[in-house]
Amino acid sequence: MEHLTRSAISVDALLAAVHGPERGGTCAFLGTVRTDDDVTGIEYSVYDDMALAEINRMLAEVEERWPDTRVTLQHRLGLIPVGEASIAIAAAAPHRDAAFAACRYVIEEIKKRLPIWKKELRGDGSEKWVGVHDH
Amino acid sequence: MAQVTVRFFARYAELTGCDSTDVLVTGNSATVGDVLERVRETVPGARDLPARPLAALNLRQVKLDARVSDGDEVALLPPLSGG
Repeated sequence: MEHLTRSAISVDALLAAVHGPERGGTCAFLGTVRTDDDVTGIEYSVYDDMALAEINRMLAEVEERWPDTRVTLQHRLGLIPVGEASIAIAAAAPHRDAAFAACRYVIEEIKKRLPIWKKELRGDGSEKWVGVHDH
Repeated sequence: MAQVTVRFFARYAELTGCDSTDVLVTGNSATVGDVLERVRETVPGARDLPARPLAALNLRQVKLDARVSDGDEVALLPPLSGG
């Protein structure tokens, strides 16, 4: 599974990657670009070496905390139009509690740790870096 | 003396007009903060970087007092907004 992609995310591929006969609960999270203040799309950029290192560390943490759980994720980069997914996470565990917990853990850690930046593109042609207030 | 590669991303790459630069820091106990000061002195546009930006050293987030060594890679990271 490529964790960083410039193509549309396939949730089916993520689900297939975590599926297994001993895992009866699967949780999938999808983050999509939403229309906010005339936003037409978001351009995502990345520090790829560090993002991949962080993803590998997060997945190792999941394996340690929830040993029977399998988790994978994909983050899409480049220009993503409104309505399409920028992030997808799939977690499968023997039972649903661990699947939900692991999935939640990964999205919260992604928000805190992944070196990825978004620039909002608006219908009037303007652009704005998210989280930066001087521009 | 340590040569450190500094990488800029997103808004910070726009401010500095470049993706990376190499800086030299002196002494045995140079820190990421010292590297940042050298960048401010040598890279046009870097004066507009925030006083205490988020930083990474060799692919891990660190505080500005983290020590650097020759050949290290420091990255200055705008507020993260993945997901």
